[in-house]
Amino acid sequence: MSEETVQIFINDKEVTAPKGAMVIEVTDQLDVDVPRFCYHKKLSVAANCRMCMVEVENAPKPLPACATPVMEGMKVYTKSPLALDAQQGTMEFLLINHPLDCPVCDQGGECELQDIAMGYGNSVSRYTERKRVVPDKELGPLVSTDMTRCIHCTRCVRFGTEIAGISELGATGRGEFMEIGTYVEKSLSSELSGNVIDVCPVGALNAKPSRMSARAWEMVQSASVMPHDSVGSNVYLHTLRNQVMRVVPRENDEINETWISDRDRFSYEGLNASDRATQVMLKTDQGWQATDWDTSLTHVADKLKQYQVNDIGVLAAPHSTLEELYLLQKVFRQLGVNNIDHRTQQLDFIDQNAMPLFPYLGQTIKSIEENNSVFLVGSNIRLEQPMLAHRIRKANAIGCEVVSLNSQEFDFHFARHYTWNLAPQQWLQALAEIAKCADSIDKLPAELRNIVDAVNISTDAQQIYDLLNNSQQSSVMLGAIAQSHPQASALRALSDFIAQVTNSNFGMLAQSGNTVGAWLSGVLPHRFSAGEINPNAGLNASEMIATSRRAYVLFNLEPEFDFANSPQALEAMQTADFVVVFTPFNNEQIQQYADVILPIATFAETDGTFVNTVGHWQSIGKAVSAPGEARPAWKVLRVLANKLGFGDVQYQTSEQIRDELKQLFTDEIDFTSHLKDFSHVNLKSDVNKMHRVSETPIYAVDNIVRRASSLQIAVADQESHVAMSTEQAKQLDLLNEQVVRVVQGKREVTLPLRIVESMSDNCVWVQRSAAQKDTLGEAIAPVEVQRTANA
Amino acid sequence: MNEVSSKKSVLSDHLQDEIEDWISRYPIDQKQSAVLGALRALQHEEGYLPVEKMDAIAEYLEMPAIAVYEVASFYSMFELKPVGKHTISVCTNLSCMLRGADEIVEHLKNKLDIDLGESTPDGKFYLKQEEECLAACCGAPMMQVDHVYKENLTVEKVDAILKELDHKN
Ligand code: SF4
Ligand code: FES
Ligand code: FES
Repeated sequence: MSEETVQIFINDKEVTAPKGAMVIEVTDQLDVDVPRFCYHKKLSVAANCRMCMVEVENAPKPLPACATPVMEGMKVYTKSPLALDAQQGTMEFLLINHPLDCPVCDQGGECELQDIAMGYGNSVSRYTERKRVVPDKELGPLVSTDMTRCIHCTRCVRFGTEIAGISELGATGRGEFMEIGTYVEKSLSSELSGNVIDVCPVGALNAKPSRMSARAWEMVQSASVMPHDSVGSNVYLHTLRNQVMRVVPRENDEINETWISDRDRFSYEGLNASDRATQVMLKTDQGWQATDWDTSLTHVADKLKQYQVNDIGVLAAPHSTLEELYLLQKVFRQLGVNNIDHRTQQLDFIDQNAMPLFPYLGQTIKSIEENNSVFLVGSNIRLEQPMLAHRIRKANAIGCEVVSLNSQEFDFHFARHYTWNLAPQQWLQALAEIAKCADSIDKLPAELRNIVDAVNISTDAQQIYDLLNNSQQSSVMLGAIAQSHPQASALRALSDFIAQVTNSNFGMLAQSGNTVGAWLSGVLPHRFSAGEINPNAGLNASEMIATSRRAYVLFNLEPEFDFANSPQALEAMQTADFVVVFTPFNNEQIQQYADVILPIATFAETDGTFVNTVGHWQSIGKAVSAPGEARPAWKVLRVLANKLGFGDVQYQTSEQIRDELKQLFTDEIDFTSHLKDFSHVNLKSDVNKMHRVSETPIYAVDNIVRRASSLQIAVADQESHVAMSTEQAKQLDLLNEQVVRVVQGKREVTLPLRIVESMSDNCVWVQRSAAQKDTLGEAIAPVEVQRTANA
Repeated sequence: MNEVSSKKSVLSDHLQDEIEDWISRYPIDQKQSAVLGALRALQHEEGYLPVEKMDAIAEYLEMPAIAVYEVASFYSMFELKPVGKHTISVCTNLSCMLRGADEIVEHLKNKLDIDLGESTPDGKFYLKQEEECLAACCGAPMMQVDHVYKENLTVEKVDAILKELDHKN
């Protein structure tokens, strides 16, 4: 027998258990039922509900299985009279104050209290005194409360402290007067807050958007994957009458454990938005007219054939399915079009040939937890990738140092964290300083070596280098802000170099649910499917909109929101001759620039595949049918291909499309996150000019999330503004201004001014609210900030 | 302009000194231990614990605000709402009850015309709900007036005490 295990007996059956494990972990492994309320395998042990009582031989009293460590030779009885008696006693006490309002409770039918009361409770209560009533709390638009149902297990409190990293819920008062709440009325602010709904064993905390809209047993559950970030969290969509009613996590320890972000949990409301496209629409001389698929696709095919292939631009959103992305590029490549791209949030593409097969995290999601240090370059990771931030937080909790290079201190939930605050135009220099600490910089091309030679190593740089270099396991991660930087190529190269010389893992945080899928399937101007080089590289997303094309195909994108330079994208669409829009939504804004609106299904309404940031292919089936005339886009593309005269595009199922792509990978898929070389980098910058920096707001990442009404209400008070430090405001003589004018090239906008002390010099943060389009242009660019005219 | 400034400034200098003093008694990485002392000092100054000052204490001690609220609401010695100037709490636990505490409470309620847990409209008296034995059973029935124990109470004695307090004002 190894040192690490002990032999114990559960109900007279001998089992081997890891030393230090709690009895309940062993019984759970064996599928032996022990009732519990406060115990949760991902949370600390509180042992406060006393429901898990078991008999242990030679112990005078029953013991809580969740807090009793196994010991050699221990004999545990889970169903002995002593154990059952204790369990029943606890149950009776728990029900004393419980309202037993199951008929009007959303938890009814999936309630741990209900289940266990059925198994262990009495059918008639001996309690005739008055029950306690607890006022409900207002926790914001996502979580509803019925606090009289609360049994004080404190799972929600522990979730906040241990997992979300923000303590917002607590137990106030004492004894009979104890209540779970926030004490002062406030909305939960964590991006993971919805998980308290799942951890709550009773109906005290429930999902507000779906409150009282369906009973648990009426709904049908479909396994799915969420497309809003590059993690691809596993979920179940719960549907009723062809509508997604709610979303709950599907456990997968490799990906999302038992959690999901609020974005993934509540985005489904966008599927039921009032502007869903239900009809095929054609713009005619008499205005917009509904038509049928055949007419419209014949029209589209005829029109497209009239343009030079180079006059056509094809732009697709990376939260579309892999099959849609693959087929889209296949059809348009067959037509001869090379202007195909999904990288709409990017400004610098100069190193695209050096990119690996796909932007890879460089390690598994789980192994993030093993890092001793993590260096984040240009990332507000909590909002970009909530589940990856959670893994870093877990590492952080056991000692991992987190440092970041950002324009300000973001509201991270890491216990130990240091931000090197610099204006974005100085990030290149900063990384060069860190690179200079290396023994040799020979690996860098001459251009970069010159920059590295010219800088002096600051203490910050030396410390970051030492930290990464001395850590047993360390990672450098490139975030969304860095990737939308005008010098993204240079930042990528230096970050990769730093990772290599410090023996760290290098990872790029892919933006969306199928960013990786878009790379693999070839929705790129310079590469075909499976990474094959396209010798006649077309225009990238940014060039396509900067040099207006005559015709555009927009796939699942809204130009006014989804581009690093959105106003320019919108202009390009408005001035184009012919714009075909594949979209689940139809509204006035779209009708302004579209010529044909092809209503397509969302991820929940089609079969499809998503490839996450670690290259994991996850195929899902459709949960509901698309509304009205809307069809899965792969079927629409199949018909369009035939109309264009490509008779060989004949798929019966989406799996056939996926398998065709899979077969193109003749070699093993190359799992590397490293650039092939560092020779193409963009070094042009206006270091001395003040810059603006921005990010895509957490609930504005794609067309579905932007329509998720409860999420939008949750961030409704986060208004657009511009932020700078007091020092900066003084320098610009704006300290007493309420609103200021931000001028970027030929565009400008007037915004409220906020002082944020951690903002670094020489830059301002332009925050737009989720509902607001960006009207300034590039996400990172030189700006001037001035007083408003009449000030 | 919306300045996001430190909350500390809402605490008086004296209070900040007190908190510093409490902090200095504990290991540097266990600032939170000072929370009871800090809340006590705050209550002494304000008569109760206003939320914004609890928030300031939370920031001072680098702990979540909710953790401060939990402590504040756990101990019945802390007042969470403004109360009358003089706090009267009559012990109604076993010994005192047997020796006539209920009568004393009834008398106080009538005389001040308020219920337990209420303050007089003029803000002079606060009749606190006492939860536990105050450990002066040998002088039962007893009550605590501000921080002073008054024992072997009779209705007359209570009247005299009230009168004296009234004059003090
Ligand atoms: S609200 Fe739910 S999770 Fe929180 S303590 Fe009460 S029963 Fe437990
Ligand atoms: S589950 Fe063991 S005490 Fe609650
Ligand atoms: S019972 Fe009143 S002081 Fe002990």
